[in-house]
Parts: sequence; C-alpha cells; structure tokens
Amino acid sequence: MKETQWMRKNHMDLLKHQRDETMRKGIRDEKYSLKNCIECHASTKDDSVIARDDSFCVACHRYEAVKIDCFECHSGKRKSSGLQRGAK
Amino acid sequence: MNDVNIRRRDFLKTSVGAAAVAIVPGMMLFDLSHGKPENASGKVRWGMLIDTTQCKTGCNDCVTACNNENGLSGGIRATDSQWIRKIELKSDSTRRELSLPMMCQHCENPPCVDVCPTTASFKRADGIVLVDKHRCIGCRYCMLACPYKARSFVHEPLHDQNPDVPRGKGTVEACTLCVHRVDQGIQPACSEACSNKAILFGDLNDPESEIAKKISSMASVQIRADLHLNPGIRYQGL
Repeated sequence: MKETQWMRKNHMDLLKHQRDETMRKGIRDEKYSLKNCIECHASTKDDSVIARDDSFCVACHRYEAVKIDCFECHSGKRKSSGLQRGAK
Repeated sequence: MNDVNIRRRDFLKTSVGAAAVAIVPGMMLFDLSHGKPENASGKVRWGMLIDTTQCKTGCNDCVTACNNENGLSGGIRATDSQWIRKIELKSDSTRRELSLPMMCQHCENPPCVDVCPTTASFKRADGIVLVDKHRCIGCRYCMLACPYKARSFVHEPLHDQNPDVPRGKGTVEACTLCVHRVDQGIQPACSEACSNKAILFGDLNDPESEIAKKISSMASVQIRADLHLNPGIRYQGL
C-alpha cells in the first residue's frame, strides 16, 4: 500500500474516503477497503485486528487513546478465516 | 568473471519470466474474485417480482435465508430486526388465503429518504434504498415514514457480524436487496432460497431480462400504489 509511517498518519483518510465511495456509490474497489485491510493485517492467532491488547488496530489506538468506532458495526475478523482454518 | 555475470543475468531473466508466469494467473484470479471499481449504474433498476400463487403458506425459507445471510438473530420480538417477514392474508368474503413475503419495497420516491435529517437514508443509482450507518443517528423518523413497516432499529450491541454486512446498535436497518451479493452478480439470498421460485430478481430497466418480460406480459401490482412511491418490488396474483 504505502510505507508504514505514511499509513500511520493517513490510514483514517483512506478508510473514510473509501467508505463513502463504497456505501453511497457502490464502488467496491478493494484496494482501500476495510475488509481488505483486515484480510492481511488480522492476527494469525485469532484472525482478528481487535481481539487482544496487542492486536493490529488496538495496539496503537490504545497507546494514543483514540477510540475506534469501526468495529461497533464492522467485523474485526478476516472473512477467509473459516477457509484458512479448514485448510490447516 | 564476465562469463559468470552474463550467466547470472540470464538466470535472473529467465527466473523473473518464470515467476511472472507463475504469478500472473494468480493475480487474474485475485482481480476477478474481488470487487469492481465502477459505480452502481443509473441505467439499472433492480427489482423483484413476487408470485404469491407460488408462495407456500407456512414456508419460511426466504426469511431464514435472509437471517443467515445478514446475521440477524431470527427473533420476532418487537425489538428484533426483521428485514423480511411472511404475511398471511385471508379474505373474509371469499375465504381466499394468501401468503407473501414483505420487505423494503425499494421505492423510486422513498419516504424514508425524504424525512431523513442526516441523509443517512439514500437511494443508490441502481434503485436500491439503503441506510448509511456512518451517518445514521438512530432518530427513527424513517421507520415512522415507511408505509411498509420495513425498517428495524438495532437495540442491543452486536458481535460477530458478517464481514459483508456491517450492523450496529443505535442505527436503523432494512433489507439491502443483498447489495453485497448483487454487486458481485449474485441474486439476493431470499430469491435464491425460494424452492418454488416465487421471488424473481432482476433489472426492471433491461427489456431483455426475465423480470421485465414478465411484468410487461402479466398483471402485477405494487402494494399501496396509491402513494405513488413506485416500489421496485411487485406482486403477482394478489
């Protein structure tokens, strides 16, 4: 996607832009979709970006004391988790 | 030394080629299996034709399929979300009994969109009426405005939602016409689940589509047509 430091500063803008494009216009370009982020960044232990204190989203957000609202509605688990578990 | 370098270059060339051959089909599959970057088209008008003569009394397959697809609890308390429900009708004079599924009618002029103070309720270019939960403040005006009682409010915190269908406490929701499936070119879950093929899904604007041919040749009605909302869901045999 982009380098880590850039993403740390700007990921929220990418997500917010993409969410309006997808929701209101039906543009399902997966490059910046939340689902696509989770697909790679979810932990291999529990397939989640929010389940533990050191999960991908939680670790920084806890340190910065910024509440994440995304996962009130969105699933924090990767969609293919069922498939991957089946493959192992 | 020179000799070695040339060989190394050749080796790199061929291995890059081999890698490309190995990766490209994978990339193609990735592109095909993932979302499309185009807008929902304004030329399309998604709709359904429900044949009530084929809809069996007591059959709940469409409701179950909807609940599974969208992660609804399936409860029928006043506070449980229902995106589609079965309605049983009986005429007192003729004693004719009817069974039909009822859900968001995806109106062309949706009253829920008119009343929404935050423009969370909106109609997509292809005629699907949705709630943008990022903007919904849970005021429930749309629930009052809807003549079909199609919308539900989420009262309790939810967990383990379907990744394709985000839902959350404090927002209003309704049938999305399975927009996540439609955008992938798959028909909605209720339509797929109906064993009697009572729910026909398609593009009302495309004269070649099965649904357009049927509504042009057979009598079908819109519920509460007197309100001039022009719903995308039509019923046959009422």
